[in-house]
Amino acid sequence: MRVTVRLFARLKDIAGAPELERDVPADATLADVWALLAHDFPAMAPYRGSVSGARNAEYARMDAAIADGDEIAFLPPVSGG
Amino acid sequence: MSAARFAVTSDVLSLDALIECVVAQHAGPVGAVTSFLGLVRAENVGRVVTYLDYEAYEPLAVKAFGRIADEIAELWPGASIGVHHRVGRVDIAEASIAIVAVSAHRADAFAACRYVIERVKQIAPIWKHEHFDGGDVWIEGATAEPDDEGARLEARKRACA
Repeated sequence: MRVTVRLFARLKDIAGAPELERDVPADATLADVWALLAHDFPAMAPYRGSVSGARNAEYARMDAAIADGDEIAFLPPVSGG
Repeated sequence: MSAARFAVTSDVLSLDALIECVVAQHAGPVGAVTSFLGLVRAENVGRVVTYLDYEAYEPLAVKAFGRIADEIAELWPGASIGVHHRVGRVDIAEASIAIVAVSAHRADAFAACRYVIERVKQIAPIWKHEHFDGGDVWIEGATAEPDDEGARLEARKRACA
């Protein structure tokens, strides 16, 4: 199945794009999508401990299951205000 | 500015418009209105800041504001809030965030207003891209964990200090 991945702030800069498409296995979780990105963009790997995940614009745990067509987002530590 | 209580916008923020909106939508008696404006500082950790460029995951940011409002309804029943946050370039001395809290009495409005800014900094998916004399840097603060009870308690403690 195929998912859209949204990236923000420094993660976006590392990837060189705000949005990517990735093919993932049917039983994939957010963590699996993250692992694909960390493989493609090694500079992202250090964020594993501080990144938050979202699925279809709702916060989601990294062990959450995903479905075909989902919008997955990875959020580096936030700094609003 | 729209009449939405929660918004992410590239428009200049209007505290008056937000107050009007939150007061109009408040269910109970209104006896107190508190507000907070966060402004872009010309200095940050020794750097001469020229401007900030804010980025947001907009739909989730608006939901995060709603989540904070739900938490406030539990902590201070009878208080309600509104939050507007800028995205895009925000110049020095401009407001990047406007918060309004209303309630029947002042104590709840003050506490709720402080709680909002603490929680925004913890869980709203918004990022500052700081442009300063000599370069630019993404500011990274808290790992966003909306269900982290410790963070909620810390925000509540600061709100009630």
